[in-house]
Amino acid sequence: MTAEAAVFRAEGVGKSYPGVRANDDVSFAVEAGQIHALLGENGAGKSTLVKMIYGLVKPDDGRMTLNGAHHHPADPRAARAAGVAMVFQHFSLFDALTVAENIALGMENPPPRRELSARIRQVSQDFGLPLNPARRIVTLSAGERQRVEIIRCLLQDPRLLIMDEPTSVLTPQEAELLFATLRKLADRGTAILYISHKLEEIRTHCDRATILRGGKVVDSCDPRAHSARELAAMMVGGEMRPIDRSGRQAGKILLEVKSLSLPAPNAEGTALKSVSLSLRAGEILGIGGVAGNGQEELLAALSGEVRSAPGTILLEDRDLGATPPQARRRAGLLAAPEDRLGHAAVPDFSLTENTLLTAGPRKGLVRKGLIDRAAARAYAEQVIRDFDVRTPGPSTAARALSGGNLQKFVIGREVLQAPRVLVVNQPTWGVDAGAATAVRQSLLDLARGGAGVIVISQDLDELMELSDRFCALNEGRLSDPRPTAGLNLDEIGLMLGGAHGMEVAQI
Amino acid sequence: MIRLVPRDQTSAAWQIATPLLAVLATMIAGGLLFAIMGYDPLAAIRTIFWDPLFGPAAGYSRPQLLVKAAPLILIASGLAVGFRAGIWNIGAEGQYIIGGITGAAVALAAYPAEGMWIFPAMVLAGALGGWAWGMIPALLRNWFGASEILVSLMLVYVAQRVAAWMAFGPMKNPEGYGFPGSRNLQQYPAASNPELIAGTGAHWGVVAAAAAVLAIWFLMSRHIRGFHIRAAGLAPRAARFAGVRPETLVAFCLGLSGAFAGMAGLFEVAGPAGQITDKLGTGYGFTAIIVAFLGRLHPVGILLAGLLLALTYIGGELAQLTLQLPAATVQVFQGMLLFFLLGFDLLTRFRIARRIAA
Amino acid sequence: MIDPLSVFLLLLAAATPILFAALGELVVERAGVLNLGVEGMMITGALAGFAAAYVTGSPFAGFLAAALAGAAIAMLFAALTQILLANQVASGLALTLFGLGLAALFGKPLEGIKAPAMMPGPLRINWIVWLGLVMAPLVWWFLNRSRTGLILRGVGENHDAAHALGYPVHAIRIAAIGFGGAMAGVGGAFISIATVLQWTEGMTAGAGWIALAIVVFSNWTAPGVLAGAWLFGGVTVLQLRLQAAGIRVPVQLLSMAPYLATIIVLVLISARQKYSRRAGRAAPGSLGQNFHALR
Repeated sequence: MTAEAAVFRAEGVGKSYPGVRANDDVSFAVEAGQIHALLGENGAGKSTLVKMIYGLVKPDDGRMTLNGAHHHPADPRAARAAGVAMVFQHFSLFDALTVAENIALGMENPPPRRELSARIRQVSQDFGLPLNPARRIVTLSAGERQRVEIIRCLLQDPRLLIMDEPTSVLTPQEAELLFATLRKLADRGTAILYISHKLEEIRTHCDRATILRGGKVVDSCDPRAHSARELAAMMVGGEMRPIDRSGRQAGKILLEVKSLSLPAPNAEGTALKSVSLSLRAGEILGIGGVAGNGQEELLAALSGEVRSAPGTILLEDRDLGATPPQARRRAGLLAAPEDRLGHAAVPDFSLTENTLLTAGPRKGLVRKGLIDRAAARAYAEQVIRDFDVRTPGPSTAARALSGGNLQKFVIGREVLQAPRVLVVNQPTWGVDAGAATAVRQSLLDLARGGAGVIVISQDLDELMELSDRFCALNEGRLSDPRPTAGLNLDEIGLMLGGAHGMEVAQI
Repeated sequence: MIRLVPRDQTSAAWQIATPLLAVLATMIAGGLLFAIMGYDPLAAIRTIFWDPLFGPAAGYSRPQLLVKAAPLILIASGLAVGFRAGIWNIGAEGQYIIGGITGAAVALAAYPAEGMWIFPAMVLAGALGGWAWGMIPALLRNWFGASEILVSLMLVYVAQRVAAWMAFGPMKNPEGYGFPGSRNLQQYPAASNPELIAGTGAHWGVVAAAAAVLAIWFLMSRHIRGFHIRAAGLAPRAARFAGVRPETLVAFCLGLSGAFAGMAGLFEVAGPAGQITDKLGTGYGFTAIIVAFLGRLHPVGILLAGLLLALTYIGGELAQLTLQLPAATVQVFQGMLLFFLLGFDLLTRFRIARRIAA
Repeated sequence: MIDPLSVFLLLLAAATPILFAALGELVVERAGVLNLGVEGMMITGALAGFAAAYVTGSPFAGFLAAALAGAAIAMLFAALTQILLANQVASGLALTLFGLGLAALFGKPLEGIKAPAMMPGPLRINWIVWLGLVMAPLVWWFLNRSRTGLILRGVGENHDAAHALGYPVHAIRIAAIGFGGAMAGVGGAFISIATVLQWTEGMTAGAGWIALAIVVFSNWTAPGVLAGAWLFGGVTVLQLRLQAAGIRVPVQLLSMAPYLATIIVLVLISARQKYSRRAGRAAPGSLGQNFHALR
């Protein structure tokens, strides 16, 4: 293979934060026309590394070169000027502004409005991601929003394009479209740095992979030459403890949702359309779907934040549609929402105080309106103990905990209340591997004990691992549940709404 | 380079220190202001802060302390509950005025009857009047999403005009020789709110203020509703998750603070002020906002802050007399206090750290 | 009897202070900052403008001084909220209370003095009124057609995204706050220099609060602010006419009209925003939230 000049090279790059060495002696190179994966678990140092390339953070050690020249951007503007473009995992988009305005904001010297709009139309067509410059972002789907981010980058003719976990918001079919675009780009000579933790994706589409673990480069290899298991082992550093799925039997029906329909809570929300499901004791029902298809809304309807019509939600034949959250908890229906900080827990409250959010009724923490401080503290301590939450103590504020530890606390707070039914939304999102395993195991154990569990998640691997039956939420509609055993990726993709995003964007 | 790093936990030590720092800073800045204006700064500071308590004429001014502090503390206690939840009742002044009017209305309607029931009825009427005036922004927010800040504020201007209308019209004293203003309630024993213990200035409003402090302390620290209120202010989604209904919270907080303000208005009208005039609104409703913040929205803090601000009122009057200091100085002081407090508040939430040079 | 032209002129004059203050606050809120201190900035401008006009004999020097004074006092609010990251609602209130007190204090010596009269401008309309009418489309153009305005709107919509793209969030907001202060100052000065021609304590009488309501009413657009200011001007003029015509309603009740009208307008607009099916929020996404960059 002829040696191609590396577009980007990192040599010995390091960065420290108080208490943690985020990147340590990182060296790798991305060549022109190459799709180079940056692989690693949450917390491995991928984000920090990439922020340094993009000028958001300054490295402590090492050097970077771009096209042979020393690369040390003072800020994102300088990085962009040097030819680095980045599509973030969380889009930097302005909802109320139009596509053209968003793109203009992402550019240094945007051309006049009319010319910019014309260029947007042309470039987006060229790359197979058509866009209407006059539409406001708030009206676009997640896939379309990502297109805006990508087009914004492409209009600057970058030498190095960085993509941060781009397929986490896409259906499998949309992801295919994305990779086709990236391949086109690579063929034109652009170097692409692709951050992900999705092994199959990387093995299929990437030319090279650099694996980070604990801030260090563990290996740099051709992903196609390794199996997914080998790559996973390198990412995590050894074999993972297998999950114990044994000992569960489906019992009587605990929860029934019958034709639940609710209007969208606001302009960005999703309406629920005639959602129906039934959940048996001892069963785990997995609900898959890309974010933004009604997951939050479904959880809110089940937790009681949003009331529904009579006869739509029945817990052991008790009609809960009009029942408020605390009463539902008393009846045994508990929930754990997606956002740990701000929804499942109050960031500024201590862990003790956070127990009062949900555990009051079932754990006797509140009697006749009065708070039993000692009981709340004791319960917090129990959760901390049983779920191995790493924290100085129950008086620590929730926001001081790491993502994984807070998630263990939030899930543990619900599990230890011995619910009849537990609904969780994205239980291991942004959580390190060890905590994720603990959370998943606790859900399995809960089901084994006779409770019914609904797991709503974007992580298909997780759903396949945990659930007995699987259904998909797409634009507020729930597909019919199918037994998990025997489902393959294509079928799942179709259930998630295969056509979604495939059609030519409405112009 | 200085950098701000969020603290893991709000610092309790700084929470107590910041009001004290703010007071100190205000004294210094105020002193500078006086110097610029041509007054002796030390004499002015002493007159305002020291003399009312320990100076030569303190016998007259000390009782005034409770008189001025009571309405501030009563109103601020109610406001603090809402403020904690992020529900901004800026119209306490209006609720105070309307409470004074409704309470006085009962008295004027009952005149000249005597009876034990009259005064309690007046207090109830005052509370209801303030409650109702506070419920207007609550309902408009719940039904239409209208900002309670702007609605409650507009209603202050409306309330002032209602008071003026009453003083010149329906409530005008028929035996008042044509002067505007209602009958003087201090001269109507069954309706008056006299000094309960001679020489202290303590009237029923003072009792109510003390009761309010206790009640709010109990609500916020021991009752689950207080927990929900705090949660709603810090993380509204988490509060809803816990089962709090925003509409109920809005109605509760605005109604409660309205009722407290209304009662304060009644105690004032039946007591120190004596009658309904167009000058009924003396600004207690606005100063109470400062008291609430200065007291860090905590009952004990509010108690102390109320006494402090009452001191500045009295000291300001004293300085007007003895040093010819303009009356508006007190207002400036109070505004400065709030400014400094808000500024120093940073230290409770952030640490100052050195940025390591790259 | 009722001369439409003179009524219209009165309406414009009544609307002008609100127009200036609301246009200024519009820019501030589009940048994502809620500044409740408009009343304090207006009264500061009213006093500073009056004082400068009196001392120099030139009303225009007065308006310039008013703009500077308004911007200066607004910097207190900017420092509190952008540098010290204090709560925006409380800081705005502090600004109002402080401003009202400061103005009352320094205004004492000026009570009872008459300001130099202003010569009317073209078509017998005051120059400052013309300026207001020009500022409205200017602000619209700035927000919707200029690069800086686009950046400002981005900051107000999503300050995290703006920061990620490298824009100086705090600097932009401080500049916007300064502009808001200057505009409010001019608006306040119009009351003391051009309308009442004297200084009295508290003479803005809630105009700053009404300006805040007008911004909500306008759905955060400049044409909406113009319409709202004219609406308010109309109500004020109507109420004065009714008083003068000797209508049998107590004068205190009539003088409530502007405030009640503001409430009604607020309710109608808020209801429409809450229940309408139009996509997208009306208020800028980051309005009222403080921004702290976590590196």
